[in-house]
Amino acid sequence: MSDLRELYQEVILDHSKKPRNLREMTDASSQAQGYNPLCGDRATVYVRLEGDVVEDVSFVGQGCSISTASASIMTEVLRGKTVAEAEALFERFHALVTASPDQAGKAAEDPALGKLAVFAGVCEFPVRVKCASLAWHTLKQALEAPGSAPVSTE
Amino acid sequence: MSSPSAVRPAPLDVSKVRADFPVLRQTSHGRPLVYLDSANTAQKPQAVIDAERRVYEEYYANVHRGVYEISARAEQAFEGAREKLRRFLNARERREVVLTRGTTEGINLVASCLVRGGRLKAGDEVLISGLEHHSNIVPWQLACEQSGARLRVAPIDDAGQIRMDELERLLSERTRIVAVGHVSNALGTVNPVAEIVRLAHARGALALVDGAQGAPHLPVDVQALDCDFYAFSGHKMYGPSGTGALYGKAALLESLPPFMGGGDMILSVTFEKTTYNEIPYKFEAGTPNIAGVIALGAAVDYLTALGLPSVAAWEHELLEYATARLQELPGLRIVGTAREKAGVISFVLDGIHPHDIGTVLDYEGVAVRTGHHCAQPVMDRFGVPATARASLALYNTREDIGALARGILKVQEMFK
Repeated sequence: MSDLRELYQEVILDHSKKPRNLREMTDASSQAQGYNPLCGDRATVYVRLEGDVVEDVSFVGQGCSISTASASIMTEVLRGKTVAEAEALFERFHALVTASPDQAGKAAEDPALGKLAVFAGVCEFPVRVKCASLAWHTLKQALEAPGSAPVSTE
Repeated sequence: MSSPSAVRPAPLDVSKVRADFPVLRQTSHGRPLVYLDSANTAQKPQAVIDAERRVYEEYYANVHRGVYEISARAEQAFEGAREKLRRFLNARERREVVLTRGTTEGINLVASCLVRGGRLKAGDEVLISGLEHHSNIVPWQLACEQSGARLRVAPIDDAGQIRMDELERLLSERTRIVAVGHVSNALGTVNPVAEIVRLAHARGALALVDGAQGAPHLPVDVQALDCDFYAFSGHKMYGPSGTGALYGKAALLESLPPFMGGGDMILSVTFEKTTYNEIPYKFEAGTPNIAGVIALGAAVDYLTALGLPSVAAWEHELLEYATARLQELPGLRIVGTAREKAGVISFVLDGIHPHDIGTVLDYEGVAVRTGHHCAQPVMDRFGVPATARASLALYNTREDIGALARGILKVQEMFK
């Protein structure tokens, strides 16, 4: 069970049971839908920008504990970030969850990750990478091409 | 389809059966592998592995072409496998058995050839059920798109059974073909296919049975069923992936145009005119999966030696045991509670996503499938995005079910 606990960290379980910012946003400046056909997970991510800064971000959807926790934590860490900072954070997060297992420890030490470091265990579970990144892919779509067709993890 | 109740089939010696499957000796995450995903794809007995290896080691050559010894031997073994499949299905003639890459190709063949043969036109209808696998939905959507025909769907009830009253109501003189699964891969429902075939024929429609989940688990007699087509896959019946067969009534196969063009499916070719080969070769363009088909023949021998009635009886006993065991677990709901079921248990746990169930079970060495099982309309019908599915095969045991039940308790412990 020890390896499993690396995937299902307490923080992740907590966010999956009590997701933060799980709500629709009526005054969003952009939104996008994401879909993971493998497990049927769906997420809608809402963003309200003030100039270049993420003032508010929220999500609704259904998914497994990893995808729900990832969306929840994402909404927490993004508030107050500029669009460029948000995109840079996605790059780092993506590098973390897709790291080769022997590089995972090193990847998790990246101080810029902050709270996102709890997802270090995901790289040991290749089939769960899509779960962890669904909300982020959807966010990217919302920032770059809001209102376009749902983004798919496939 | 069940054997007469008066004649009890010989009990299956499961420990002996298990010894035939080398993969079952593997461990997964340090625990004995508990393989409960056979509706997805089944493991292979040593006899099948050996048959395929022997082809490559001893007599691999192309079929239907060579004049030399090993080619003749390969041809004999290849056509021998077709004969084994004929007997397995109780088809009248060997030429009624078209070798395919699997069920999906078989259904696509029929759908495509009906359109190109002018048997499916604007105003016509195709009738399927709400229980179908995507491979018995999408080929018909493509066929309808190409022909202007309309796809109708007979709904299912809360237990996951086809609403026969609705199916009858949707059948009309416009219906050209009724296509239904023998056994639902998502829920395990055994459909009354003989009755559906009878209803289709009474309306002048053809009947196709998707036998992907039927052939490995129930005795099949295409003459008794009277279906026009029966498609199934080798890999779910302990044979190699990329093999399968489509049974079709000879006169019907003869009346259809070829599926793909190429070598083997012709008698003569000039740039002006090509004469097609006779059935079944008309539908078998290109060099086939020779070793795979021969090994599929070995899988048929294996199943036949054990006896499908014995296999079906064991799997049914195990299904009843597993259903009772799992129903005892609080927070677990079985999706699909048909009266007639084959070895599939789809379930959901309160507040826990199937994907998380699958990951934790995997750590217990238990392999199940999680997701929509290529049957999204079925998931929609039950209002779930996905389920976890344990599917049984002849090598599964009560101990496997015990490991599953203990694994589910661990899942609930982790996410409580």
